[in-house]
Amino acid sequence: MKEKLVVIGAGMASGRMLEELFKLSPDAYDVTLFGAEPRGNYNRIMLSPVLSGEKTYDEIVTHDAEWYATHNVTCRFGEAVTGIDRARKVVVTAAGETPYDKLVIATGSAPFIIPVEGKDLPGVITYRDLDDTNAMITAAEKGGKAVVIGGGLLGLEAAAGLKERGMHVTVLHLMGHVMERQLDESAGFLLRRDLEKRGIKVMCRASTAAILGKDRVEGVLLEDNIGVEADLVVMAVGIRPETRLANNAGLEVARGIEVNAQMQTSDPDIFAVGECVEFDGHLFGLVAPLYDQAKVLAQTLVGSPAAFVVKELSTKLKVTGCDLFSAGDFADADGREDIVFRDPARGVYKRLVLQDDQIVGAVMYGDTADSNWFFGLIRDGEDISEMRDTLIFGPSFQGGSPQDPMAAVAALPPDAEICGCNGICKGEIVEAIENGATDLSAVRAVTKASGSCGTCTGLVEQVLAVTLGDDFVIPAAQPMCGCTDMTHEDVRRLIKSQELKSMPAVWQELGWKTSCGCHVCRPALNFYLLADWPLDYQDDPQSRFVNERKHANIQKDGTFSVVPRMWGGITNPDELRAIADAAEKYNVPTVKVTGGQRIDLLGVKGEDLPYIWADLNKAGLVSGHAYSKGLRTVKTCVGTDHCRFGTQDSTGLGIKLEKVLWGSWTPHKLKLAVSGCPRNCAEATCKDIGVVCVDSGYQIGIGGAAGMDVKETELLCQVDTEEEAIEVVMAVTQAYREGGKYLDRIYKWMAKVGLDWIRATVVDDLDSRRALVERFELSQSIYRKDPWAEHARDKAEIYAPLANLTLEAAE
Amino acid sequence: MSWIDIGALDDIPARGARVVKTVHGCVAVFRTGADEVFALENACPHKAGPLAEGIVHGKAVTCPLHNWVISLETGLAQDADEGQVSTYPAKVEGGRILLDAHRLKARTAA
Repeated sequence: MKEKLVVIGAGMASGRMLEELFKLSPDAYDVTLFGAEPRGNYNRIMLSPVLSGEKTYDEIVTHDAEWYATHNVTCRFGEAVTGIDRARKVVVTAAGETPYDKLVIATGSAPFIIPVEGKDLPGVITYRDLDDTNAMITAAEKGGKAVVIGGGLLGLEAAAGLKERGMHVTVLHLMGHVMERQLDESAGFLLRRDLEKRGIKVMCRASTAAILGKDRVEGVLLEDNIGVEADLVVMAVGIRPETRLANNAGLEVARGIEVNAQMQTSDPDIFAVGECVEFDGHLFGLVAPLYDQAKVLAQTLVGSPAAFVVKELSTKLKVTGCDLFSAGDFADADGREDIVFRDPARGVYKRLVLQDDQIVGAVMYGDTADSNWFFGLIRDGEDISEMRDTLIFGPSFQGGSPQDPMAAVAALPPDAEICGCNGICKGEIVEAIENGATDLSAVRAVTKASGSCGTCTGLVEQVLAVTLGDDFVIPAAQPMCGCTDMTHEDVRRLIKSQELKSMPAVWQELGWKTSCGCHVCRPALNFYLLADWPLDYQDDPQSRFVNERKHANIQKDGTFSVVPRMWGGITNPDELRAIADAAEKYNVPTVKVTGGQRIDLLGVKGEDLPYIWADLNKAGLVSGHAYSKGLRTVKTCVGTDHCRFGTQDSTGLGIKLEKVLWGSWTPHKLKLAVSGCPRNCAEATCKDIGVVCVDSGYQIGIGGAAGMDVKETELLCQVDTEEEAIEVVMAVTQAYREGGKYLDRIYKWMAKVGLDWIRATVVDDLDSRRALVERFELSQSIYRKDPWAEHARDKAEIYAPLANLTLEAAE
Repeated sequence: MSWIDIGALDDIPARGARVVKTVHGCVAVFRTGADEVFALENACPHKAGPLAEGIVHGKAVTCPLHNWVISLETGLAQDADEGQVSTYPAKVEGGRILLDAHRLKARTAA
């Protein structure tokens, strides 16, 4: 009599195992196949195309009734196995007991359910099998809003499918970028952009607090109290091996059912295959290793020697139009190097991770044509040192030329705005060039592009070069840093016109040559992004110099200096007492009066910063931003309050200006002063912006400096009232924020754009002045706050050591 | 080796660093954008600047005092600068950062 083989689970792994088994020995066993679903084996990977409507269920069936009949498989679908009696070698179902000689457990995996309130409401579903898929298709017929929790492979496929079926879809993802296990930040950015282009909203760093609804789901509440409406919630946060049967039967189970390389469990007559197993510490969620396991198990069952080995895996996303590939390991080890290729025109990003002359990981987006070749190199551990220079270009490309530095400009669409002052797009410039304007001055004359503030000159020249080819030679310009060939001005202009609102967006769209920038470009990009997109961009402390990250000035011994703000240089006994107390409490070795009319506490230990700030805050003192590329001080004289020569309330105006401007970030430091009369005791004529009061009003000068260069201010205008003076100062500050190159003081910016242009923009054109003030105020609604209070309250722990091993050693 | 748990990976921001105090001085523990961790002596070979306060980019850190760029993998100063800081074994397991206690205790003033 034939041996009895019982298989629990009719999924892809056991299906492939049976195919292999029948191929090797069609009559070796009497096979009984149990499946919890009321149907046979279908291609679960293709559920996403079923959801999106690109395929039907019939098209993804792997084994139909005829196949099972041909191979004499006794099918017991829709019948759940409830127990295994190993002593008597039977499996138990509601219908009774079924004996086995050999048993295969292929129970697959179960979706992970986040344990939040509302998880059991009607309308909350997982995404695992055909029933789930059909439930989603039915829900989508009514339209409405869907929320997918989980921005991994499965979640994004569900989101794309639901969108395809006409729902409004929002994806909530816990991590900083989608598919973080398969993709790096840059590829994650491109994928998110493509998803958003097709109308799927993606929210990252979104942690689900609860699912809301009375009788059925109505929405999702996030940890930060943001609510998202939903008629359907799909949970796709992950899977875990389904091990309950094996557990109850007393088999050895870790995270999955433990098997040896022959797929044998701790019971020699019981085997396991597929997503429910754990082998050598690994779990399996992709199809390739499951098929390998199936083959090994079939051979084991017929007594042939075979062993399963873990191989490199690759991933592709099955969403039409999102072309991505990820394989191997692209993080987590020493001695690795990157090769990065970006083609902004085609939305292509490729990154290879090398170690010991081998490729160990690859991420590709937008062009995955060569992915199989790269995957082969990873899998086979091929030595790539010979072809390293051209490796990234793929198998068909040898002796390739380096990337075209003008690729980013060539890639711009015709409606990309090049000149912001005059609203000139690339298409208009190209047209002018084609009509005979073949140099910069001709383009300027015809289109006005780069004719005003001039910061887009570099871009106009690149458009000339791209359009004319070799007939135009670009004058050499200083690139921002080694990560790019573009100048500060080019990058800034494109951040604005291409609406680049994140660091990865800039790196990708402008073809950065490194994976994450360097200490030169990152602080500049951080400033440009926060100045241009105050509401959209999240300030990145890790891209700031230590002084701005820790809101204190680092000293040569690694201690810090702390300078509280004294508005307009005015203080009082309470503040002075608080400063004195803090200086004593924190053993501050040096207390110094600064040139900006305030007090500097030098030599404070980094870990004491949040505490000294909290103490100073209690007395009403806030950060003086003595460390920032931003507003520093507004120096004043005593004006009409006390001085017999004073013509206006210079102290009062200074305080007002400081209260309006504080907290703002600028390309370089910004120092102001207000003098009450032309005797100029506040030294206003060597400040970035200086106001000198006269009998008839207020003279506003800009472009002074008293540092490496000494400059006298130039008169911008004279105004009649304090209000107008404040307005002009705000407008000129904003114009400088919008147009200045990072680390240029106002006088350098003025030398580039010209005092006439500044005067026209902030003084003469009242609409333009008002618009500048509005944009400044918008930005200040985010940034006019005390960072000391915020850090003392929320971030004190990052100032402390991560661990202190000195205590342990002393024991 | 004897690995000790000094904290969670998430206690350090990506492209950031924190300090671990030892009897012989501070060790800077870095986390890169790709979530690798490295442990280096927290003193630049140039003027002993606190490397933990620098900007982390790729697998390097720029010293906050005078912009020397130090490799996180080798501790060597990059480009034209010459010098090297000590490096210590570090790894991440299950979201926790582990350092080698023996090497940390064996640190000497030399």
